[in-house]
Amino acid sequence: MYVAVKGGERAIENAHRWLDDERRGDRAIPDVDCLQIEEQLSLAVDRVMAEGAIYDRTLGSLAIKQARGDLIEAIFLLRAYRTTLPRFGHSVPLNTSSMSCIRRVSATFKDLPGGQILGPTFDYTHRLLDFKLLADTETPEALELETDHGDMPRVTDFLNEEGLIQEERKTGKAASDLSREPISFPAQRDLRLQALARGDEGFLLGMAYSTQRGYARNHPFVGELRIGMVSVEMQIPELGFAIQVAEILVSECETVNQFAGSKSEPAQFTRGYGLVFGQSERKAISMALCDRALRWQELGEDYLGAPAQNEEFVIMHSDNIQATGFVEHIKLPHYVDFQAESELVRRLRSRAEGGEG
Amino acid sequence: MSDSTQHYNFAYLDEQTKRMIRRAILKGLAVPGYQVPFASREMPMPYGWGTGGVQVSAACMVPDDVVKIIDQGADDTTNAVSIRKFFERTAQVATTEHTREATLIQTRHRIPEHPLVEGQILVYQVPIPEPLRFLEPSEVETRKMHALSEYGLMHVKLYEDISQNGEIATAYAYPALVNHRHVFDPSPIPKFDNPKLNHSPAIQLFGAGREQRIYAIPPYTTVKSLDFDDYPFVPGRANQVCELCGADNSYLDEVIVDDEGGRMFVCSDTDFCASRQGLQFSQFSVAPVERA
Repeated sequence: MYVAVKGGERAIENAHRWLDDERRGDRAIPDVDCLQIEEQLSLAVDRVMAEGAIYDRTLGSLAIKQARGDLIEAIFLLRAYRTTLPRFGHSVPLNTSSMSCIRRVSATFKDLPGGQILGPTFDYTHRLLDFKLLADTETPEALELETDHGDMPRVTDFLNEEGLIQEERKTGKAASDLSREPISFPAQRDLRLQALARGDEGFLLGMAYSTQRGYARNHPFVGELRIGMVSVEMQIPELGFAIQVAEILVSECETVNQFAGSKSEPAQFTRGYGLVFGQSERKAISMALCDRALRWQELGEDYLGAPAQNEEFVIMHSDNIQATGFVEHIKLPHYVDFQAESELVRRLRSRAEGGEG
Repeated sequence: MSDSTQHYNFAYLDEQTKRMIRRAILKGLAVPGYQVPFASREMPMPYGWGTGGVQVSAACMVPDDVVKIIDQGADDTTNAVSIRKFFERTAQVATTEHTREATLIQTRHRIPEHPLVEGQILVYQVPIPEPLRFLEPSEVETRKMHALSEYGLMHVKLYEDISQNGEIATAYAYPALVNHRHVFDPSPIPKFDNPKLNHSPAIQLFGAGREQRIYAIPPYTTVKSLDFDDYPFVPGRANQVCELCGADNSYLDEVIVDDEGGRMFVCSDTDFCASRQGLQFSQFSVAPVERA
């Protein structure tokens, strides 16, 4: 005798209890502290904050711990939290020229005011497993050198003074916010940049790679890549001036792209722009490449049918929370639809076997 | 109320968000079948798992509501259980498994077998709101097609189905024309349910969270499943009766019952089936609820 399966509720409760148990793992091993995650897995925290679209290192660490290190799950936790927060207003544009840089490199000039700073980078490390880390070892402190870099003017500003690079136009409009308004196409650049900044690092990396390899060819120079702390300031109407509300770590990338000129414009370099929370130059560079590829219309270039040029394609598929939800939802019950399809296929097959149709 | 929910508003969403969603719902009701863009929020469950339906339900919900949540016609499927628990936690509303007792029903993939009545709201979870999406991937293009009532592509697709298969080869999410104007996607309900869309006394609301769209069918609206004069729409169902309650007019699930691949057919609507079997069914009619 068939009895319909009941008890979904108890199954869910037990499954979640099991999940908690697995997250904790072997009780003989010390529980990982959120502060340890914040300090020692800081690049994971950076990614989770960037794609979770909220700058909070404590919450980022907590989300990573709760998600057992599944970063997309952690990003989801942050997004679902973020959306419940009221929005008071917006900051004045970040002044990244006054960034206190921990890293700053230019691929276009050997030396420049402010100098090049390699900073804490994986670049030029040999990717050899460091077996010493398996044991407790002392890590020597970084050297502190007394240097005054002075101001760090931006590379693109030098090019701009000479008229060699396309000037960014001021729109004078307040930036849109895709977390408050539905997206419609064609989207403006501010909205595209917001979507890219929240977008999945892997997706953007793939898109950027595709344009660099030849799908709407776009192989720029990194005019400048800088990582450091910037002040976030907000205009307070009652005061009449802007005050600092936070200081955050960001990665910024400005690319300098070749451009042959168009019917209306003489030859000039063009720009792509990337800005990401935390230290993530892979994402910042990818974002700049995608931004540049999406600007084909504004710069009078041809649409070559490349995925990275297609704004609707890139923006509608770059959000990993939307993507993972929809892709994974096919594991939910579809008995009803499958039954409807089965009936249809059976009917079509019996018709074919009967020689009709 | 548990610690993890006490900082949230009634039915989770803040009132500003509810107002935004209600505006979209009203616009949808004013233009039946038109897909209204709305600023869908991230919800604490994944996109694709009913976030659109949950937002629409939350925006309509009042404390006096009696809420029923079904998935595949059943109240006890895991995602239905999860969403029902969500509203029990965040809105403390009464819940029911009985279609007749419910004032607000959220569904995935089915319309209940019991006819709905005035005063009830049926909220559908929608994965892809655009009926033309699989014919034209670009949203810019499909919005234009709706604006111009340019549905030739859809009719060609249906015609090609007939010429290749002898019938329209769509078994669920079967497109229909709402109020003689908009072709719409009824969400992945089996086409067996399509006739229930037509002239329903209930308010039917459709929420697509990831795609940021809401659309609606007001009570007593004409909803005509697309077809041709010489190939009229046929609802279709398995040619069986339910082995539990004997119904020959309900939509059936196929269940594999033994290692030999033996099958049996049972009602997909668990409340309908249980009430026919005479299990704990209480007589109760829906009283209209005062909404915020």
